[in-house]
Amino acid sequence: MSIFLNKNNKVIVQGITGGEGMKHTALMLKAGTQVVGGVNARKAGTTVEYEGGIVLPVFGTVKEAMKATGADTSIVFVPPVFAKDAVVEAIEAEMPLVVVITEGIPVQDTAEFWALAKAMETTRIIGPNCPGIITPGESLVGITPATITGSGPIGLVSKSGTLTYQMMYELRDLGFSTAIGIGGDPIIGTTHIDALRAFQDDPDTKAIVMIGEIGGDAEERAADFIREYVTKPVVGYVAGFTAPEGKTMGHAGAIVSAGAGTAQGKKEALEAAGVKVGKTPSETATLMRQVLAMP
Amino acid sequence: MDLFEYQARDLFESYGVPVLAGIVADTPAEARAAAEKIGGTVVVKAQVKAGGRGKAGGVKVAHNPDDAATAAEAILKLTIKGLRVNRVMVTAGAKIDREFYFSVLLDRANRSYLSLCAVEGGMEIEELAVERPDALAKIEVNPIIGVDLEMAKEIAVAGHFPPELVEKVAPVIVKLYEVYTGEDATLVEVNPLVLTADGQILALDGKVTLDENAGFRHPNHEALEDKTAADPLEAKAKANDLNYVKLDGEVGIIGNGAGLVMSTLDVVSYAGERHGGVKPANFLDIGGGASAQVMANGLDVILGDTQVKSVFVNVFGGITSCDAVANGIVQALEILGASATKPLVVRLDGNKVEEGRAILRAANNPLITLADTMDEGADTAARLASK
Repeated sequence: MSIFLNKNNKVIVQGITGGEGMKHTALMLKAGTQVVGGVNARKAGTTVEYEGGIVLPVFGTVKEAMKATGADTSIVFVPPVFAKDAVVEAIEAEMPLVVVITEGIPVQDTAEFWALAKAMETTRIIGPNCPGIITPGESLVGITPATITGSGPIGLVSKSGTLTYQMMYELRDLGFSTAIGIGGDPIIGTTHIDALRAFQDDPDTKAIVMIGEIGGDAEERAADFIREYVTKPVVGYVAGFTAPEGKTMGHAGAIVSAGAGTAQGKKEALEAAGVKVGKTPSETATLMRQVLAMP
Repeated sequence: MDLFEYQARDLFESYGVPVLAGIVADTPAEARAAAEKIGGTVVVKAQVKAGGRGKAGGVKVAHNPDDAATAAEAILKLTIKGLRVNRVMVTAGAKIDREFYFSVLLDRANRSYLSLCAVEGGMEIEELAVERPDALAKIEVNPIIGVDLEMAKEIAVAGHFPPELVEKVAPVIVKLYEVYTGEDATLVEVNPLVLTADGQILALDGKVTLDENAGFRHPNHEALEDKTAADPLEAKAKANDLNYVKLDGEVGIIGNGAGLVMSTLDVVSYAGERHGGVKPANFLDIGGGASAQVMANGLDVILGDTQVKSVFVNVFGGITSCDAVANGIVQALEILGASATKPLVVRLDGNKVEEGRAILRAANNPLITLADTMDEGADTAARLASK
């Protein structure tokens, strides 16, 4: 078992003919993902060839691609200028899972496609500005290196891409049920809470590691949710303890303003909900080992 | 990006939001000329991105051009909440009858837009929100539907505007929402929005925050940036498209991915506690494609920081492969030549890590120390910086 993604998902790539789309489609195929085609209106009817004799068809629209291939998942590599239209097209086609990798999408564009997804209730969005989702040994829909580790008992949810990789690497001997990078933008589709709920309900996930960072109040709200709903052990890490106030640290969401959204505040909120919080990635990994060793 | 009041005023005017005449001035003489042009009683206002200007002496009424020059002279000497006042705006005076509050902003928690509105202005809005939350209407705005005249009336009614004022203020709310969407803002706030003695609605002071991701739709936004405020190293980094924030410390940091770099700052700070209290000198995220040139640009900026005594390069190769990063470091040191004199601690993991480490070992550069883990690398870099 896993959450949101397993080996049966059939995946199309929006932006398959672009540089990032090409490169990561090859890596996803290598990771075992059932990539069944791509979408690019200007190159409809052509094909893209990959290592091992895999030939993927390019369709004009998401709807056509779904009809022809039975795809239930889309990954979006389309550049920011066209990203909203691409995501809206996937939502309108009622694509069940849409993973938006693109970084730098204007937040009003995200607000609009999120409002549409919420109203339609037929699409789960992961991202934008995220590394995507991996169920090791089964499927990768994203840009996480599939070679870091394999399947195991830990569920991971994180705002940050490279911290996801770092944590998977620290715990590579144990493995992961699913690791999901939800993205660092001010508005995202799938939240910490959505992932925590799914991990709690997934019988193969024994413990959860949650990685947050400064800014906003998502971690504080996740802490409230953990107190109410999650009975599995949760270990947390928050990046940005030493970040100064009022400076944006890369992610649009990672900014501390007037004492709100500090790492210390998030740590305290999580600890009050029974989450063990590490000061560094390595200490967090140690805490996870202790939690899993408990009977 | 936060705008100055005068920039917000100009944007409002271009969208047809009623505002007072306003002219910026950088010297008392310019303020006198502006006051002459506007005529009559004027208000001279400090242009700083901070609240509480009035209390700090940054807003003065002037009854003639000479008074305006005197007021500007005093205000241009001020520092308000740590920010130097380099510019004032001279605006026409207005007889104010009533003060209101209106804003529309991005609501992260609800992943939507939120409009805040109160017929009672004049006091600190944060106080009003705490002391009498019912007085401040909070109305969700659906990003797809937006704010039309009907919706604007709904917002005003919820903010307890009386019927005759609802009719007057609603068209202004529609225009302010047009500023919000038309300019890709994450905040448009008017405090106060006023009713003048002659029955006009005016946006007297505005705060606007723009979304930098939307710059491709707004080539004019670049000119709104406050170049004078940026640290010279930050300005240099920005010119090279680097995501760099200058901090006050001795260990230069380069990493990939905002989260990992923030985490690296933390780990280096903790290591610094064991090594004479050294701290991270900066935040620098080189992102996905760490080419030799990007690495050289990054190192160049960091080594230009005279406070820096050592550099910690912490890269987890996900999209980036470690051999590219290693080549980048080697080539960067070649490009920089004699100007690179500070020790470099490099920790690589992930995609093609062995190839990356082999390249660095083969380079045999005495400045480079390899670290096996993030903790070890942070410790070594902090130790080298404390010497």
